[in-house]
Amino acid sequence: MTEELPIVQMQGISIEFPGVKALDNVDFRLFQGEVHALMGENGAGKSTLIKALTGVYRIDSGSIAVVGQERSFTGTGDAQDAGISTVYQEVNLAPNLSIGENVMLGHEIHGLFGINWRATHRAATEALARLGLEHLDTHKPLSTLSIAVQQLVAISRAMAIKAKVLILDEPTSSLDAAEVEGLFAIMRSLRDQGVAILFVSHFLDQIYAISDRLTVLRNGQYEGEYLTRDLDRHALISKMIGKDLDALKSLGGNRRTSPRTADEAPLLSASGIARRGSVEATDIDIRPGEVVGFAGLLGSGRTELARLLYGADRPDEGTISLKGRRTEIKSPADGLAKRIAFSTENRRDEGIIGDLTVRENIILAVQAERGWARPIPRREQDAIVEKYISALNVRPADPNRMIRNLSGGNQQKVLLGRWLATEPELLILDEPTRGIDVGAKAEIQEAVAELAEGGVAVVFVSSELEEVVRLSERIVVLKDHRKIGEIQNGPGVTAQEIVDIIAAHGTDAAADDLGDVEGALPDTIAETTAESDMTAEQGAR
Amino acid sequence: MNAATTTSAWRDLIRKPFFWGIVAIVALLALNVLKDPGYLAISINPNNGNLVGNLIDILRQAAPIMMIAIGMSLVIATAGIDLSVGSLMAVSGAVSMEFLKNVGDSSSAGVALAAVGLSLLITGILGAVNGVLVAYVGLQPFIATLVLMLAGRGVAKVITGGQNTAATNDPYRWIANGYVIGVPVVFILALGIVLAVGWVVRRSALGLMIEAIGINPKASRMAGIKPRGLLMTAYILSGVLAGVAGIMSVGSVMTVDISRTGYQLELDAILAVVIGGASLMGGKFSLSGAFVGALLIATLDKTVLYLGVSSSATPAFKAIVIILICLLQSERVRAWFQGRRKTIIAPRVETAKEEVTA
Repeated sequence: MTEELPIVQMQGISIEFPGVKALDNVDFRLFQGEVHALMGENGAGKSTLIKALTGVYRIDSGSIAVVGQERSFTGTGDAQDAGISTVYQEVNLAPNLSIGENVMLGHEIHGLFGINWRATHRAATEALARLGLEHLDTHKPLSTLSIAVQQLVAISRAMAIKAKVLILDEPTSSLDAAEVEGLFAIMRSLRDQGVAILFVSHFLDQIYAISDRLTVLRNGQYEGEYLTRDLDRHALISKMIGKDLDALKSLGGNRRTSPRTADEAPLLSASGIARRGSVEATDIDIRPGEVVGFAGLLGSGRTELARLLYGADRPDEGTISLKGRRTEIKSPADGLAKRIAFSTENRRDEGIIGDLTVRENIILAVQAERGWARPIPRREQDAIVEKYISALNVRPADPNRMIRNLSGGNQQKVLLGRWLATEPELLILDEPTRGIDVGAKAEIQEAVAELAEGGVAVVFVSSELEEVVRLSERIVVLKDHRKIGEIQNGPGVTAQEIVDIIAAHGTDAAADDLGDVEGALPDTIAETTAESDMTAEQGAR
Repeated sequence: MNAATTTSAWRDLIRKPFFWGIVAIVALLALNVLKDPGYLAISINPNNGNLVGNLIDILRQAAPIMMIAIGMSLVIATAGIDLSVGSLMAVSGAVSMEFLKNVGDSSSAGVALAAVGLSLLITGILGAVNGVLVAYVGLQPFIATLVLMLAGRGVAKVITGGQNTAATNDPYRWIANGYVIGVPVVFILALGIVLAVGWVVRRSALGLMIEAIGINPKASRMAGIKPRGLLMTAYILSGVLAGVAGIMSVGSVMTVDISRTGYQLELDAILAVVIGGASLMGGKFSLSGAFVGALLIATLDKTVLYLGVSSSATPAFKAIVIILICLLQSERVRAWFQGRRKTIIAPRVETAKEEVTA
């Protein structure tokens, strides 16, 4: 297989966005008749790489060759002309048009008097037949089909333009187990017809079920290309998560080793909280001055659980007590009033207010709590803003600069300042160090350790296990929307141990995984936005 | 003041989004001066000491547009729009005229005040209806306010029983036609209201929070901002200000013309906001920009009349001026102009590139 010429060869691809290097010298190749999985955590650069290949982004350096011919894509049309077709996770079709029109949109067959609809529908039926969908009535509106079948229609549409390369970006996120099997059957048949398929999914079992080869990205860098059968699940997770040696060196021994007494009264105690489709019933206690890490892969429910604790989403079931008193956290405003603060993983969409200044962004939460009629006096504003700009080392230290002009790491510090200014008793940090440089990372980690020292309870959610292990006193391990374990951190605990727990649980519950596919929709959506946040681009979807 | 501060102040002015609005006002006035060198002259009426002149007329005409433009600014900042302001002007005028006609006391200031209060109360309530539809029902602002834009004139018609009601009340009339130390009351009132709204919005955190929800509603929610109260405030304020504009508008003739009062003025208000440099996508707003925008529209209306542009060509003339301003404001157009200047050296680079690809 490696002897033949790859149908797509990307070499030394770099893409830089203001403040972040989204892709750094990444290689990728795709052969005819293979299913190739692109793997990596949030912000690893998967979406960016796909967008480079589909012409959404221009590459800053590197080369893209399709069938041995070097190409420079200036738009999605160029990529389509080169035979590259993409199906995104949210179906990109027009639900009010007919099935046939959707399949043939832009490629209608023209006759003497405009579009020959009969021939167009016949061609649509042929394209659908290739996927075993010849029974569909192409005149019916697309909206009459289930999401799963719409996904297949989207693939038909991609194939109708005689694609040589088919990119499937998380096609399984909204499908149930049987539908996933159906999709895989079609993918296999397309593969056997010689189509090269690039597949992205966060479900490891699916990767092992369908892919022949995989490429792993981490932090925008190329980690390696492997034959799927040569790399076991365990090794794959390690490769995806990796280690950030610089960050390790710059920060040592913040972890507490002395376990707390279990009878210490918890600040927040949740019992059986659950939300349909994102978190299964979970118990959790958080004590003052404690750093609790949430560890788990993407889609494990770590973010969703954190959101429930703040009121960003409301649990369907279960109860929450604060300081021993039963309560309900109805909204973020309510959470803030109860002295809980939550820093989102989705910095661009849910964190910063881009067109406001650093000053305004920092005081916003405090101001929201007071209401608009009681403005924070200028002198007090200055005091708050100066305090956090210098404590968190925000650069440039100019409070009147628009926050969108800061680098990702400094935006994150400003947001951290916003939450600290509310003087929370419980601070929930969801991926506070994602997509930011090592220096800023270490500074944020340091701030977390200091806070806990000062008696603030901190929930620390991160996909970097090393970081979770280093900072947390206690680690809650999540997988497939539920808590699968809780580890009291100590000298012997390593990231490897957590990987072991997740991987072991994965093999045992492989059968369950497919069953959970349907529920994974919210996670995968969060992932898309999160990754685009990291690359600071306007969503092209 | 030395030369350096003068240039930096000048540069600040140029960078203001409403700079081109000011340029356009000056250009229009210059056009008028070309036709009549005495256009800008302001004289004093020897009988009553009032200032008279074309500029004074422009200030008077701008007053109602300023009112609705200020309200529109706040609504647009929340990423909404208020199409109902023109119709609410008619409602406000109808309420006032009908009240004054029925009470009948033509010299009582108390009656005039009651009429004003009643008008503002009713338009405030209608503004609240818009607010509820947007903030609580969750309708798109365009649709929510379109309802009252269409129904508002019907409401006005019901109030007057289908008549174009006229009334007499001197204090009420004074609001639109009176003078204080030679300056039209209506302009002083408008300026005062603009300053007051500006003061409230910028001194409290209202402006900041309205901008926040306009720029990024999701992030604002996560920061604990509750959007409903802010949206209600913006729409009610817009309704009340439309009421003020209605009073100014009917006060000068003391007749409400159900179909003409405030007709299509919502579009003038939106234009004034856009000329002031605000984005219809919401977010950052500038009340001084809207103020300049309203002045420009009044100047434009006056110029069209003065130059004797035929009434059928009036809309086209207006459109051309407005398109020009919007083009001058557009970043893309400016970048294009700057790019043109650079292309003088560019061709060499391009040929080099072609060689590489070939």
